[in-house]
Amino acid sequence: MRTAFIETLLELARLDERITLVVGDLGFGVVTRFREELPKQFVNAGVAEQNMTGLAAGMALSGKIVFTYSIANFPVLRCLEQIRNDACYHDANVKIVSIGSGMAYGSLGVTHHATEDIAIMRALPNIAVVAPNDPVEARLATSAIVAHRGPCYLRLGRGGEPTIHSPNIDFQLGKSIRVRDGSDLTLIVTGGLLQNALHVADILREGGISARVLSVHTIKPLDTVAVLDAARETAAIFTLEEHSVVGGLGGAVSELLMEAEERPAKFKRIGLNDAFSSKVGDQDYLRAQYGLDTAGILATIRNTLGLSGSLTSANRR
Amino acid sequence: MKSNDGAENSALLNELAARIRYQTLMMVNRAKSSHVGTCFSMAEVLAVLYGSILRVDPQNPEWLKRDRFILSKGHGAAALYAVLAERGFFPLEWLETFYQNGSRLAGHVTHHYLPGVEVSTGSLGHGLSVATGMALAAKRDGETYRIMALLSDGECDEGSVWEPILFAPHHHLDNLIAIVDYNKIQSLGTVKEVMDLEPFADKWRAFGWSVREIDGHDVNEIQSTLALVPFEEGRPSCVIAHTVKGKGVSFMEDKLLWHYRTPQGEEFANALAELEGHA
Repeated sequence: MRTAFIETLLELARLDERITLVVGDLGFGVVTRFREELPKQFVNAGVAEQNMTGLAAGMALSGKIVFTYSIANFPVLRCLEQIRNDACYHDANVKIVSIGSGMAYGSLGVTHHATEDIAIMRALPNIAVVAPNDPVEARLATSAIVAHRGPCYLRLGRGGEPTIHSPNIDFQLGKSIRVRDGSDLTLIVTGGLLQNALHVADILREGGISARVLSVHTIKPLDTVAVLDAARETAAIFTLEEHSVVGGLGGAVSELLMEAEERPAKFKRIGLNDAFSSKVGDQDYLRAQYGLDTAGILATIRNTLGLSGSLTSANRR
Repeated sequence: MKSNDGAENSALLNELAARIRYQTLMMVNRAKSSHVGTCFSMAEVLAVLYGSILRVDPQNPEWLKRDRFILSKGHGAAALYAVLAERGFFPLEWLETFYQNGSRLAGHVTHHYLPGVEVSTGSLGHGLSVATGMALAAKRDGETYRIMALLSDGECDEGSVWEPILFAPHHHLDNLIAIVDYNKIQSLGTVKEVMDLEPFADKWRAFGWSVREIDGHDVNEIQSTLALVPFEEGRPSCVIAHTVKGKGVSFMEDKLLWHYRTPQGEEFANALAELEGHA
């Protein structure tokens, strides 16, 4: 996703000199080409995220389209008030990019895990919150964010994520992508867990359960139509995110559903259960430890639906 | 002839400062609000900026080539609104709505629906970064307008103030001017007691700024100093304006109490009498 982002941004920046990339002294090897090719559209703000963000707002208020770039929580939580007051309140054209969302930085530890960022960004007025599920979405999201006027938060993986979509999918901010049709339950997934969701859907299908899979790359504004369709057409909804269950995708979907006319019979948020990801290991290990690998997601779904026995022999509802 | 012009000019600027104080007193009295002391300490600086230095057009507040001014000490909103109204950015009657339900004039500087306000502030330690971004954008676009930010002394406790202080000289932003209203009093005590800034000018110099220290109540000195920016090519300029909190009303001057106390009743009448005496 990181590569898809920076290559797309470079392509667009060659054509539009307003586009400026401001980094917080991170992105070794990633931003090098951008810096060398377009030095007048590049700034290294140093290890100073508050200034990076206030600076970006000032540049945006002077007509630039400014991307701030750092990893995990640094461009988000460290400078939260600058994002709120300087970028969002002024509706400034500031695009915040965080690399290594969720637990992508694995063994680097909790300081480098971004697991509350969606909830916190989503609470701010005027900002769009975008967490692509694969490199194709990341590329298309980058273009869409450049075209979108106003602040955006782009939450990306670290790199090496599998490509799931074909290159020319229809992508719009705020519109989810139905990756798999299904009529029994719906998996709503954001920020890189799409492949796990598809594996889960495959296994459920072997057990006679038809699972719809929605890639919700934009958490704000949420695709309310697709979520409400799922609530009407399938009996259970599960949200999947590498993020706290508090306030993120699961929070957004539950807020919508509680106010809706039709609610699913079963609803479960799958994510970190209001805890720090303090175990040590790589991203796959941590996903398994916190129930976000295929087996963990399946176990939660089975428990929620009250299915007993092995999954493959699970009765169809 | 020239000296007469000079005298007339400083009389006009002092008159504008007096009007800022008068309007501010009326506003905070009506609103029963705080921060009259911080407004009074920067009255002359604001008067010189808006009366002489800033290239702005009240008839065209969005003019692209305008100088940008950011009041980073957003709690001094009343004085900024006063000078903007006095300069004709919006009607003077709007000042009467300060703090009131449905007003455009919030207690901290707000850009929403308010011509002439560049940036909303109120949380300290934001304005200089935004100003720095504007200065960098102007440089890269080959624009010649200047960006001026007015900070409070207490605000300089914020680490986020020192990030742009480090950044701006590194990027040779000589179109950026930081002015500090050094009135020596912050919320809970004197600056010396709470968090001593000294040697203050040396700190800015050590970070790479070109610094002048002035009497922040002497309109001639403020004007002649700001007329010289940038003090050095390739460096941002810092003006440390030595001021007196509550300046202009004898019983408010240099008093911590008047950071928060609101002038009401007899105190209001006495303050008004003193200001009218000066005007």
